[in-house]
Amino acid sequence: MRSILLRKSILIPVSILFLLILAALNLALGSVRIPIEEVVNIILGNDSSNIIWENILLRTRLPQTIVALGAGMALGVAGLLMQTLFRNPLAGPSVLGISSGSSLGVGFVLLLAGQVWGFSFSRLGIWGDLAVIIASLGGAFAVLALILFISNKIGGTLSVLIIGVMIGYLSNSIVGVLKFYSMEEDVHNYVIWGLGSFSRMSVDRAYLFAAITIIPSILALFLSKSLNLMALGDRYASNLGLKIKRARLLIILCAGALTAIVTAFCGPIIFIGMAVPHLAKLVSRTSNHLYLICNACILGAATALLCNLLARLPGMESELPINSVTAFIGAPVVISVIWKKRKENF
Amino acid sequence: MNISLLQIQNLIIGYGSKAIADKLSAVIPSGELICLLGSNGTGKSTLIRSICGFQPVLGGNVLIDKFDVHTLSERELSKQISVVLTDRVVVPNASVEELVGYGRSPYTGMLGRMNTDDKAIVLNAMIECGIVHKRDCLLTSLSDGERQKAFIAKALAQDTPLIILDEPTAFLDLPARVEIMQLLRNIANTSGKSILMSTHDLDLALQLSDRLWLLQNGGSLITGSPEDLLLRNAFQSMFQHKGIVFDNKTGLFKVKHTQSTQVAVKGHGFEYVLLRRALARKGISITKAYSYDSNRIEVINDSKNPFSIYLDDECIVSEESIEAFIKQVLLMQKLLVEKKRSCFLS
Repeated sequence: MRSILLRKSILIPVSILFLLILAALNLALGSVRIPIEEVVNIILGNDSSNIIWENILLRTRLPQTIVALGAGMALGVAGLLMQTLFRNPLAGPSVLGISSGSSLGVGFVLLLAGQVWGFSFSRLGIWGDLAVIIASLGGAFAVLALILFISNKIGGTLSVLIIGVMIGYLSNSIVGVLKFYSMEEDVHNYVIWGLGSFSRMSVDRAYLFAAITIIPSILALFLSKSLNLMALGDRYASNLGLKIKRARLLIILCAGALTAIVTAFCGPIIFIGMAVPHLAKLVSRTSNHLYLICNACILGAATALLCNLLARLPGMESELPINSVTAFIGAPVVISVIWKKRKENF
Repeated sequence: MNISLLQIQNLIIGYGSKAIADKLSAVIPSGELICLLGSNGTGKSTLIRSICGFQPVLGGNVLIDKFDVHTLSERELSKQISVVLTDRVVVPNASVEELVGYGRSPYTGMLGRMNTDDKAIVLNAMIECGIVHKRDCLLTSLSDGERQKAFIAKALAQDTPLIILDEPTAFLDLPARVEIMQLLRNIANTSGKSILMSTHDLDLALQLSDRLWLLQNGGSLITGSPEDLLLRNAFQSMFQHKGIVFDNKTGLFKVKHTQSTQVAVKGHGFEYVLLRRALARKGISITKAYSYDSNRIEVINDSKNPFSIYLDDECIVSEESIEAFIKQVLLMQKLLVEKKRSCFLS
């Protein structure tokens, strides 16, 4: 008992420290070597002797670090919410077709607009970005509504998962058709968007992004009681005073909004949303989502920072697409969880 | 003590427009353990779900404390009725203490944090259910009986005047079934809470419950104390089935053997009863041996070889064990049949 309490009280400070170290490494490491005291200097707002270093840090590494932090947090929490809601350890934003919905929405805007109105959206600057974000949100929520409808009607988690995967295929094929008839520039933009990246934003927009991902992630703590009860099954939850339909709607809204925001700004980031909840459940043996959400926040941010770091390992000329790194980290985590489950069941 | 806590009036239960049972009326007085009995398909689970408010009724009322269960909000109902369901819940990483703690949900705030009172109630519930030594264990590591105790502790922590359990003893072995039933009996006695449970364990229900609800095949409900129902011969009609007879005196079901032959037995007492049972299995019924029965079995209690066969008033075999003796009896019968046949032929 005592050791569990001790573990609980130590865990969060330790993981926050770990997170800070990762963030610092993200700032300090990169293809250009910047002395550590200069990094500290520049981040603290002092003038630096080297204007290039200052530019690299403030225009590239700092926004990347902030965006990775926010995106990882949001995806970790969204994945946890989905896994609990659907009571399925393999649920996650991308598996359920939510990011496919986003891709479809973005596809429509980026690819179709050029056809219909005859201009490329990427030339619109801030308004173009806004349109992409709105399209991404719209696509994600349309899929969410569909998934929710199906889960209400059919009920089985497996069927919901299959429908999610099917929606993914469907949106891919529609996007394929759109690509075929689109301007080359738009297709290129779309492909780049689809590779996912933490480095698309200026520092101002990175702060905005951090605000609209981190705040809802932390607000998800208010869903923890609902999530705890939902994990017991609908009947027990209802018997313990939970309004199931409202709780389910709120959980899906929260997870969907987080996924949609991240997808809109960074493109579809895979595997973080699925792998982080397992890590969160692994580090503290509890079913209480008050702790699990905290864990998912910290570990999600840490995982994204780690992936971002690996994507631009020192010594490499260019950055890897972030999704290849997340899959590299995420897939082993998910496989190990399945492996462990198999042992537990037999 | 005998204030009625829950009343069902002219209740019609079923799905859609198809009624399974109608005109059900019964009361649950305070502080009583009530067992709901009925063979499969009579609608026990449907009745339980209708009373809990999980499923709409087709007509009639379920009144708890003068309020209709189906008009109360989840929150209000959660303070009146707690449930233990047959749903097999797999909550990853949930410890016993956490599960029991979720029982306090109707009383906790937004984040579900428990105050010292809540924690004391949870501890007491675990102590009362004899599961406190497993408080830190994961639910998935418990035996079926222990898990059932944990869920009963959850229902106790919910602190409702009525606890409803849907077949809490199914899937348990006999000692665990008895233990769970006695636990529920104790809760009803000491806390003044009423308990309604559905079960197939008629023998335990007859011994431990204050009142039985018998759901008949035709869809009607007979209620009363076990003894009154025995007096009214209510069980015969309920489990009408070939090969089963209900013994009103013992309150037990007996397998009805098809008896083909008879044998005369002299004796009484425990050994006699056991022998009768063993012979019944072989299709041999017993008649009382009169003095003129020259072929007979004699049972002499407390002797070294209590079981003997007499042919023409002569003891031909004595046995200590019933198994060996039964073989001799079967031989004897063959012999007698052949003897009869040879008499007839000559």
